Amino acid sequence: MKNETHLSVITANDLLSGEVVYLTASGEWSPEHSNAILFDEAVMANARLVGVQSSDNSIVGAYLAGATQGINLAPSPVHFREIFRTKGPSNRALGKQTQSV
Amino acid sequence: MYNYTNFDKEFVAERAVQFRDQVQRRIDGSLTEDEFRPLRLMNGLYMLLHAYMLRVAIPYGTLSGTQMRTLADVADTWDKGYAHFSTRQNVQFHWPQLQDVPNILEALAAVDMHAIQTSGSCIRSVTADHFAGVAADEFEDPRPTAEFVRQWSTDHPEFAFLPRKFKFAVTGSENDRAVTKFHDIGLRLVRNATGAPGYEVSVGGGLGRTPMIGKVLRKFLPRADLLPYMESILQVYNQIGRRDNKYKARIKITLHEHGIEDIRRRVEEIFSFQRTRFDGVDQDIFSRIQDDFEAPLYKQASTDEYAKARESNPLFRSFTDTNVHAHKNSDFAIVTVSLKAHGATPGDASSAQMRVLADIAEKWSLDELRVSHEQNIILPHVHKGDLPVVYNALQAAKLATANIGLISDVIACPGLDYCDLATARSINVAQGIATRFDELKLEHDIGHVKVKISGCINACGHHHVGHIGILGLEKSGIESYQITLGGDGTETAAIGKIIGPGFKADEIIPAVERLITAYLELRLDASETFLITFRRLGPSPFKAALYPAKEKYHAA
Repeated sequence: MKNETHLSVITANDLLSGEVVYLTASGEWSPEHSNAILFDEAVMANARLVGVQSSDNSIVGAYLAGATQGINLAPSPVHFREIFRTKGPSNRALGKQTQSV
Repeated sequence: MYNYTNFDKEFVAERAVQFRDQVQRRIDGSLTEDEFRPLRLMNGLYMLLHAYMLRVAIPYGTLSGTQMRTLADVADTWDKGYAHFSTRQNVQFHWPQLQDVPNILEALAAVDMHAIQTSGSCIRSVTADHFAGVAADEFEDPRPTAEFVRQWSTDHPEFAFLPRKFKFAVTGSENDRAVTKFHDIGLRLVRNATGAPGYEVSVGGGLGRTPMIGKVLRKFLPRADLLPYMESILQVYNQIGRRDNKYKARIKITLHEHGIEDIRRRVEEIFSFQRTRFDGVDQDIFSRIQDDFEAPLYKQASTDEYAKARESNPLFRSFTDTNVHAHKNSDFAIVTVSLKAHGATPGDASSAQMRVLADIAEKWSLDELRVSHEQNIILPHVHKGDLPVVYNALQAAKLATANIGLISDVIACPGLDYCDLATARSINVAQGIATRFDELKLEHDIGHVKVKISGCINACGHHHVGHIGILGLEKSGIESYQITLGGDGTETAAIGKIIGPGFKADEIIPAVERLITAYLELRLDASETFLITFRRLGPSPFKAALYPAKEKYHAA
C-alpha cells in the first residue's frame, strides 16, 4: 500500500469551459477524477506541475490536490473541497453531477 | 435614472471589442494565463470552483426593465438560465464559457451595462441605499453622488492599480441601509448649519478578515469639494497603503497603522493643492447628473384597491406588512421582492422570474428596479392602488414570499458551492435556516433579525454585521461554522462578537434554533428585537443557549 499522505493528482480548470479537469498518465486532461495520474512522490508531482503550468495553454490554475487510492486502484479525492469539485454545486443539479460517467 | 451619453456608450462598447480581441489572443495562445488574468479581471471575469464567473456591474443597484430582461437573455443564451444577485448590488453569472464572454459584454453594452471594475485593485462599482430617491425617511437622493463618483472613478488612470480593491457607498438617509460604515469610503449626505449641502466622509471601514468600523475623516465636506477630497484620500492611500502584504493592504489597515490624525493631515495637505485643480467643470457635470435623477411625475389615482385587498386577503396583508416600505409619496409604496423563498438560494433568480420583474417594473414601477445588498429586488415606485395586481403577478412567479427582515431573509455568499476562495458552504446553511423556521411557523413571531452567512473569512456574506453572523471555516478536514452575535451594519454600527467554538454542518441549524428559542424567552415583549435584546443582556444567556451542559446538549 502506498503512503497515502503523499498521494496527489494534478487538477486545473479547462481554459474554454472552466470545467474541472485532471491530468492523466497520457498527458491529456480528463473531466474524471478517476482517470487522473496518481503521484506518490512529491518531487515528481511538483516537477510535472511546473511543466504543465509553464507550457500547457489549455488549462487554468493547475495545482496539486491530495488524493487516495480507491479499491479499484483509481484515485479519489480526499478533501471535501476536492470532492465538491468532482460533483458541482450542492444547491443545484449542475456541473459534473449531471453528466453520465 | 442616469442616461448614458454617447461618450459612455462608446466607451463601454469599445471595451467589449477590446475584450473580444484579448479573449481571441488567449485562446490562440498569444497570451499566457498570467498575461490574460489581469485583463479578464478588469472585465469582471473570474475562474471559480467549477467554471468561470462573470460579475456584471449594477451601479448603485439601479436597473431598467430592459436591462433586467437583457440579464435574463444572457442567462438563457450563454449561462444556465439563472443569475445570482450579489451582496454588492451586482449580478453574477456562474457558468459562462470563455469564448462567449465577449458576446455577453456586447449584449450588455447594447443596454448600457458592463463588467468594468467589478474586480481588481481599483475603485469598484459604487453602492448606495437601495431605497434611494424614494424612501420617506430620506434626507436627499444619494444617486447623483453615486453616479458622479462612478464617472470619476471609471478608468481613472491614477487609481487603476491601488494597493487593493476600494469600495464606496453613499446614503442620504439617517437610517443607513447602505452599510456605509463598513466601506473604504462611506459618504453620508448632510447639510451644515447654514443649510449648504455636503458630506460626512467616513474612511477605513471594512469587513473581511479584519473588520473595522469606518472613522469620520471630515464631519462636513462641502459638495463642491467632493472630487478633490476623494482624489486626495486616494492619493494618500496609493502612496502609503501597504503593497507588501495583501492582507494588510486595504485602507482600513493604513488608517489603523497611521492613525486618523496622520491620515487627515496628509489628506488635507494634498487637498489644499488638489482643490485648485478643480475649476467648476465637475460641478457642471454633477448638476447635469442631478437632472437625470429628478423625481418622476407620480400619477394621481385611487388607493381603494389597496385597502380592499388588505381587508379581504390575509396573504396580501402579510406581504404588505413585511415587504412594503414607506415611500416619499404617500400614495406610493416601495416593494421589496424577496429572492429568499424558503429553501431557495439567496439572491438567485431564474430568467423567467427576471422577465416577470422586468414586466412588472415597466407596467407598475416607472420602469425601475433596484438590487439590494441584501440580495433582494426592489420595485421603487408602485402606486398603492396597483399593489394587489403587482402582488398577484409576483405570486404567480413565486416571488411573493413575505419575509423581508425576518429570519429566512438570510444573506449568504455563494460559498464553497461556487467560490474557489471559500472554506465551507454557506448556501446550504441559509436554506436550512429558512426551511426550519418555516416548518416551525415562527418567523413572524420572531420578528426582525438579520442572519448573514459567509463561506470564508473574506466576509462577502457580511457575517460581521449580522445580528446573527455565521462564518464557514474548515476545521480538522470538515466544514465548521462559527457564530457571531450583535453585529449591525446600520447607523448604529457594531461588529459581531464571537461567542464560542464552531459547530459542525449538522449542528449549526439546531444551534441557531436554540439561540432563537432563548431570545423568545428572554425578550421583554414582541417589540424588543433580537439585536436590542442582545444589547440589553450581553452574550451570556445566548452563550448558555448555544453551549448547554453536555448531557442536555446530547438529549436535545
